[in-house]
Amino acid sequence: MSTEDYLKDITEIKVLMDKSSRFFSLSGLSGILAGIYAIVGAAIAYYLVSISGRDYLILHGKIFNYILIDLVAIAFLSVLTAALLSSRKARKNNETLWNSASRRLLTAFLIPLITGGIFIIIKIYNHHYGLTGSLMLIFYGLALVNASKYTIGNVKYLGYVEIILGLICAVFPTYGFWFWVLGFGVMHILYGSLIYFKHDR
Amino acid sequence: MGSIINNINKAFDHRIRLGIMSILMVNEYADFKMLKELLGATDGNLASHTKALEKEEYVLVEKSFIGRKPNTRYSTTKKGREAFKKHIDAIEKLLKQ
Repeated sequence: MSTEDYLKDITEIKVLMDKSSRFFSLSGLSGILAGIYAIVGAAIAYYLVSISGRDYLILHGKIFNYILIDLVAIAFLSVLTAALLSSRKARKNNETLWNSASRRLLTAFLIPLITGGIFIIIKIYNHHYGLTGSLMLIFYGLALVNASKYTIGNVKYLGYVEIILGLICAVFPTYGFWFWVLGFGVMHILYGSLIYFKHDR
Repeated sequence: MGSIINNINKAFDHRIRLGIMSILMVNEYADFKMLKELLGATDGNLASHTKALEKEEYVLVEKSFIGRKPNTRYSTTKKGREAFKKHIDAIEKLLKQ
């Protein structure tokens, strides 16, 4: 075999190692859209609270239920967009959306996220909802860091940023809303654009 | 020079076999379908190459059932991992010359 053959071997080994263990078709555009949904959703929540006549929330009130629906809608739309656009990108990359790498990615992502979700719901029902924004950011950040080993590696930096925002937010819980907008809105748009310009086109 | 050539492993001297080992080095295990998709090989072709690696005791084959469907799972043995590392080292040294 010639040197060229061996070089080709090494390249192929690297490609197969990456392809078999990481899911690369995460769509950057879906990150940008998720950020926009978050900002629109936050604006709706802000409006709802402002017309309620109070500048704080009470549990079991009508406004509180509307805000919950608002949150669920943002999450649902973001997940749907991510699945649709990533599946399109996977087709383009000759990768399947549902393979062993994406399954591992999803498991690694969901374990911290669902733990955090349940924890937040328990706290809300115990009337401790002052730290909800901070907890959402922290658990989401941990989920990203945990999932990053099965996808584009720099997802972990977005995770670190979310964790740090969450911790600062815990110190200033009255600004929870704005930290939430920064973490879920602005950061998604920034990071989504980064992926979009680097990998999508 | 002679020792480097000796470390180039004949068992990995084929695209598919090299591919199988590369995938198994970074994954705890892989099933037949996953290997097939990643390597773009036919059933018969892949089966003969996995058999060759199994004979060298480089890969471990576990057959089981998922529901009623037979499932074959492959993983590397310690011997296989060591042989693969030696092979890669030899290639790298060869390329540096």
